[in-house]
Amino acid sequence: MTDHIVVAAAVENPLGFVPVEFALSLVTFGILFFLIWKFVAPRFEQTFAERTQAIEGGIAAAESKQAEADAKLAELEKQLGDARHEAARIREEAREQGARIVAEMRETAQAESSRIVEHGKAQIEAERQQAITSLRAEVGTLATGLAGRIVGESLEDEARQSRVVERFLTDLEAQNGTTTGSVN
Amino acid sequence: MTMKTGITMAAEGEGYVAPGPASFDFSEVPLFELGGLAVTKPMVQLVLGAVIVFAFFYAAFRRASIVPGRLQFAGEAAYGMVRNSIGRDIIGSKDFAKFVPYLVALFFFLLINNAFASIPAIQFPTFSRASMAYALAGLSWVIYNGVGIHKHGLIGYLKLQSVPSGVSPVMYPLLVPLEFFSNILVRPATLALRLFANMFAGHLLLILFSTGGLFLIEYGGIGYVAGPLAWVLAIAISFLELLVQFLQAYVFTLLNAMYISGALADEH
Repeated sequence: MTDHIVVAAAVENPLGFVPVEFALSLVTFGILFFLIWKFVAPRFEQTFAERTQAIEGGIAAAESKQAEADAKLAELEKQLGDARHEAARIREEAREQGARIVAEMRETAQAESSRIVEHGKAQIEAERQQAITSLRAEVGTLATGLAGRIVGESLEDEARQSRVVERFLTDLEAQNGTTTGSVN
Repeated sequence: MTMKTGITMAAEGEGYVAPGPASFDFSEVPLFELGGLAVTKPMVQLVLGAVIVFAFFYAAFRRASIVPGRLQFAGEAAYGMVRNSIGRDIIGSKDFAKFVPYLVALFFFLLINNAFASIPAIQFPTFSRASMAYALAGLSWVIYNGVGIHKHGLIGYLKLQSVPSGVSPVMYPLLVPLEFFSNILVRPATLALRLFANMFAGHLLLILFSTGGLFLIEYGGIGYVAGPLAWVLAIAISFLELLVQFLQAYVFTLLNAMYISGALADEH
């Protein structure tokens, strides 16, 4: 059966040793190893180390920044608290002060008003006294004048009476007609 | 068998050339000659792979800055994956730093050379050439043993690797040769063969399904159904291969890290 299958005769043993290939493989790989060892690995390790350092440095920097920010925040919060406290204190003080001022003002106004009232009363009293004095004097004069006239005429009868009154009135009229002098 | 018989009978004279070890032998078709030495496709790929790996990392880290650009970010992700998930996690944060360039170079050198199997116009896994895998496994053997001997001294290191702790000395005659065999002798062989065989088999499968599919379609008859089916399978296998390529590069590097870690350990 195998007679019909064409098989290439006298082939080399695939496991056979070929010195040229063995040597070439060693040399080629040797050169590749040398190049990788010399040029590639150091670069990689260096980059790797640099990156590790950069990341670690970055993390450290970020941590310190974070701590700084935290401290600032705490400080600001404290300041804010202080400010709130201060504001409350000031507001309280202002309220007290305002109340005090209002009370003072009220007191002053009350004092003033009572003073004015007092003053007015005194003035009125003084004026009344003055009016009473001058009125008393005038009333006296008038009464004296009137009494003198009445005493001057005897009031015996009705005719006389009416004559006296009439004369008095005429006198008054005449006085009013000729002069603008007063009745007395 | 019946199928095969049918095919060979139908394709009389020409026949189907099944892919085999010959598909991996470029010695008869060198790309060019350099100083009397025939340079084959896998050799060019090997060098190209190294150039691509270095170019990528060099471009990524040429203007390395703390805030990475897009390329630098990609470079850092790639470098960091090997550095942290293979180097630091396996070897431990005390000693891993000096092995990182080796592990990074190894992983990406393997990855790109494996990926060549799926890159159009190249489509050949470099490490399906066993000798190239032997070289890396041999280097790995020298490194982990060297590291161990440097730390513990020759006797101390051999004792570390060969004498299991917590076992009754009665068992030593049985266990010591076994441990020595497994830790010192077998490791490089398994390392090389695992990589080689995975790449070899994956590529072989792909060739088989691709050329086989073509042959079936040309053959006609049931081949019109079987041929396209083979191609669909070839596409599925291509995706599987992408995973295998990555995994093999990863496993090779991971085992290197574990061997180094074991050689540095204070107790077995």
